Amino acid sequence: MTWAILTALIGHWRRNPVQLFTLLAGLALGTALWSGVQAINAEARASYDAAAATLGEARYAQITSRSGEPIAQATYIALLRAGWVVSPVVEGKLGPVRLVGIDPLTAPAGVGPLPQGRGGDLAAFLSARGQIFARAATLGTLPATGADLVAAPQVAPNTALADIGLVQRLLHRPDQIDRLLVAPDQPLTRRPLAEIAPDLTLTEASEANDVAKLTDSFHLNLTAFGLLSFAVGLFIVHGAIGLAFEQRRPMMRTLRALGVPLGRLIALVGLELAGLALLAGALGVALGYVVAASLLPDVAATLRGLYGAEVSGELALRPAWWLSGLAMALGGTAVAAGGALWSLARMPLLASGQPRAWAMARRQRGQAVLAVALMALAGGLALWGHGLLIGFVMLGALLIGGALALPPLLALGLRWGAARARGPLAQWFWADTQQQLPGLSLALMALLLAMAANVGVSTMVSSFRMTFTAFLDQRLASELYVTASDEAQARAVTDLVAGRVRAVLPILSIDRTIAGLPARVYGARDDATYRDNWRFLRAAPDVWDRLARGEGVLINEQLYRRAHLDLGANVTVAPGLALPVLGIYGDYGNPEGQVVLTEALFRKLFPTVSALRFGLRLDPAKTGALRAELHDKAGLPDSATVDQAAIKALSLGIFERTFAVTTALNILTLAVAGFAMMMSLLTLAVLRLPQLAPVWALGLTRARLALLELVRAVVLAALTGALALPLGLALAWALLSVVNVEAFGWLLPMYLFPLEYLRLGGLALLAAALAAAWPAWRLSRLPPTQLLGVFRNER
Amino acid sequence: MNVRVLLIALWLPFQAMAQGFAGLGATPGDFAQPQPGTALRFPQDHGAHPDYRIEWWYVTANLTGPDGTAYGLQWTLFRSALAPGDGAGWQTPQVWMGHAAITTPQRQFVAERLARGGIGQAGVSPAPFAAWIDDWRLEGPDLDHLHMTGAGTDFAYDVALMAKGPLVLHGQGGYSQKSGSGQASYYYSQPFFTLSGDLTLPQGKVRVTGTAWLDHEWSSQPLAQDQTGWDWFSLSFASGDKLMGFVLRGAKDFTAATWIAADGTPVSFPDGAFQATPMARHSVAGREVPVEWRVRLPARGIDVTVKALNPDAWMATSVPYWEGPVTISGSQGGVGYLEMTGYAK
Repeated sequence: MTWAILTALIGHWRRNPVQLFTLLAGLALGTALWSGVQAINAEARASYDAAAATLGEARYAQITSRSGEPIAQATYIALLRAGWVVSPVVEGKLGPVRLVGIDPLTAPAGVGPLPQGRGGDLAAFLSARGQIFARAATLGTLPATGADLVAAPQVAPNTALADIGLVQRLLHRPDQIDRLLVAPDQPLTRRPLAEIAPDLTLTEASEANDVAKLTDSFHLNLTAFGLLSFAVGLFIVHGAIGLAFEQRRPMMRTLRALGVPLGRLIALVGLELAGLALLAGALGVALGYVVAASLLPDVAATLRGLYGAEVSGELALRPAWWLSGLAMALGGTAVAAGGALWSLARMPLLASGQPRAWAMARRQRGQAVLAVALMALAGGLALWGHGLLIGFVMLGALLIGGALALPPLLALGLRWGAARARGPLAQWFWADTQQQLPGLSLALMALLLAMAANVGVSTMVSSFRMTFTAFLDQRLASELYVTASDEAQARAVTDLVAGRVRAVLPILSIDRTIAGLPARVYGARDDATYRDNWRFLRAAPDVWDRLARGEGVLINEQLYRRAHLDLGANVTVAPGLALPVLGIYGDYGNPEGQVVLTEALFRKLFPTVSALRFGLRLDPAKTGALRAELHDKAGLPDSATVDQAAIKALSLGIFERTFAVTTALNILTLAVAGFAMMMSLLTLAVLRLPQLAPVWALGLTRARLALLELVRAVVLAALTGALALPLGLALAWALLSVVNVEAFGWLLPMYLFPLEYLRLGGLALLAAALAAAWPAWRLSRLPPTQLLGVFRNER
Repeated sequence: MNVRVLLIALWLPFQAMAQGFAGLGATPGDFAQPQPGTALRFPQDHGAHPDYRIEWWYVTANLTGPDGTAYGLQWTLFRSALAPGDGAGWQTPQVWMGHAAITTPQRQFVAERLARGGIGQAGVSPAPFAAWIDDWRLEGPDLDHLHMTGAGTDFAYDVALMAKGPLVLHGQGGYSQKSGSGQASYYYSQPFFTLSGDLTLPQGKVRVTGTAWLDHEWSSQPLAQDQTGWDWFSLSFASGDKLMGFVLRGAKDFTAATWIAADGTPVSFPDGAFQATPMARHSVAGREVPVEWRVRLPARGIDVTVKALNPDAWMATSVPYWEGPVTISGSQGGVGYLEMTGYAK
């Protein structure tokens, strides 16, 4: 019997291939974007984990020097001999590769190029010839060193590991160590760090600059987009399943009447849906792989540019994301089919088997109430909520609330139109549109979400671009930027340019922990360049004069927000020296905190830091000549001098890449929504024959009917678009004022781009017209016999 | 790089793991070989011999606390050369390992350190004598007056050693044979130390006094291919006489012993003279290890039972083995130390 029931159930899909296609395509597309995003996130996390595992980053406490200078090897030995169990790390760039030197004998468990439990040749690793471990791709980009190259896929991307002795030699840094990893177990007799090496400082593992923590916001962002597109996909699935159940009600009733137990029937329907979900899920995961593989290079570039995080550009098939894709497909189908199964369970055996008319607005009231509640929740969270996750919950509530509010609002709009209709045709048009609304509302919700997301994200990106460009213009005021390789070359440069340029601005910086957060401290020369160009978000009076006198510091917005350091708050810049905040400036270049001191004070506090980078102010027309001279006389390679335009282009490039991913996801979401609309119209077209046949019989040609179908789709899309605009702007506000602040630490001013919205609206109308084109074309070609058939054999 | 696994392959003297102790019998290559008839010269030979593959300085001590509680103490520095010769900086092929332990009747405290040669992290210099790895030290103006420290996460010790007798050369003037086919090492001891100092244990500081025994041994291939491990005894009898004896377990066991009279006069005994028979085994770290022995040296009328103070004196280091204090009963009473290596799981 089971087989007979299954055959009967499956027979429906055989007779309605378009519906089957809708269901599978909707689910597959939703799953594709979701699993694609998950694949990207999984790949990035694997890269961070590889870095953390092989380099001990974030897992172990670390000792570094307060001055930012390398640690002398003698100091390392002194620490060991005072009972500290520490392991040295030295690192630098060899060609394009981050070369990290470790000592395998003292390294804490798990640090190194090979995972625990797999052997290797310690003698070869420590030998004078040495070994370099890296991914095969990385080994290819290493300059020749004479060491043996060993492919090790566990090593983080673009990173190579070798013995510390070899790395010191290759980097020409004899007896230098950058940081010490502190083993978790330390002996009883260890003497205090301050007693042995007062210029060193210990950073606990949890405080260490953890790249995974830093990039969390970025990944959460991607996940939110994946969820959004999955939700849009679910609208399609819900529509397709709902339609299939409506159409199969007579069959279900017949099966029940023939004696099929309700439990068995529900189980088999569930089995059928699970099978379909798995099929669609598998398709979606395969598609997701394609999506992820095409987006990953951009994501990797973004993460490198924005956070300095190395992520592999190659995609691996990890169970985490393809399993989550299948789970989402199954779970999503269950959610979408829940209502249908519930109504099947409650179906009275003797009730009419006729499909209930789709035009039922029973649920609208409840939906409207839920919509208002969700909007209120979003508002409440916006006012009182904190944290990135809350920000996304708020976005979710806003979007779902907006989507749920759409049908009642559309109904209002249509009623308004109907009230103003003149003539029978127009009245029929409005009435028929109202009739169709419930069947189309899910597709329209999807369109609303996609459009709102587009408006919101494009507003955010464009606002950010304007702010960022203005910021670059302020900050990159020097015409030429020069990087010397050592102090001698730096002196040669300053000597050479003296008197030839309007100003030499040394760029002094060291990495410090400020208020418990990783931050970079800069020393700024008192120069008109800064006074003229820098704009403050908030500043004390006479900020520049007081800064020049060493009476305070400037901090960037990120530090202000994360460490809650307002104007006048004291910042400990060096042991025993706390200075008040004089000004807070916007900083959109990176998510880390910054502190600016005046140059004199900086040099006094950090005497060992010398400037190797300089900004030069001069007549822009003369930069070419000066670069040539720096090359010839000071021996600076061309790569060490960069003019302002090149840096701006580079910065903007990083920025564009950051949002290329977002934009791509956005466009895909819009495409999914357009598809949803087309599928709804196609399925409705079949159902609506009995409503169209009488109008046709009254004399309206099929061509005019088809045209009216097209117009209806465009009118509905236009109304939806009108509602999407405010929702999109609310979304943009939330992204700029809540999510960005939490994710990057900066609050961006919101700009409006009416032309952009108009273009988007046009696109949405076009999408709707395109979606309606095929059903309309089919209607115009419908054989009159079929229309006549409505009268001959009423359903 | 998994150091632990690599070291197990590298620190051949101490662990069999997959291949048994076969590694110690591997071809010594370009390393120097002990030759019979070579006179040891002091203090130079207290220092390191980088041309030989392996070397160790080994101090074990039998101690007593103020309440009469017996303790054992171990301080060991191992040197292993990846290639013969020394060198400056990280490029030296010399690798060092330290083991420190305190044994109480109930507990065993163990710590391990690994170090590179060439950078000052570990080493041995003969005069004034200094052997160190990280903060663990064994140093003094000469080998007769030493200050010794060691520490782990839950224990530490700081003791002074003073020699009350002469150095003892094993085998033929320090040339100690290790198999029937000629494998050998250079080996001498200072078994006459008295010791006093402090142990730091979880319950607090304990003032201890007792005796200690220092071994210094170096070689390039001390074991034959078929030998898998050894049982080594250093026994101090109540009479003041001392006995060092070992069994190298292989296809045919090989034994050797040195009888050290109370005045320090050594007498070496050839293969077979010294006999050690396991009497009771104890399960520790998944191995069945003999912790009670019948030890005989008929030539000197020795027939004693040697029993572990704490049968769980397991050295859970990267190359694990059993090492702990023992008590002697039978024809003579006394205390000593027992080391057992190469017991497979």
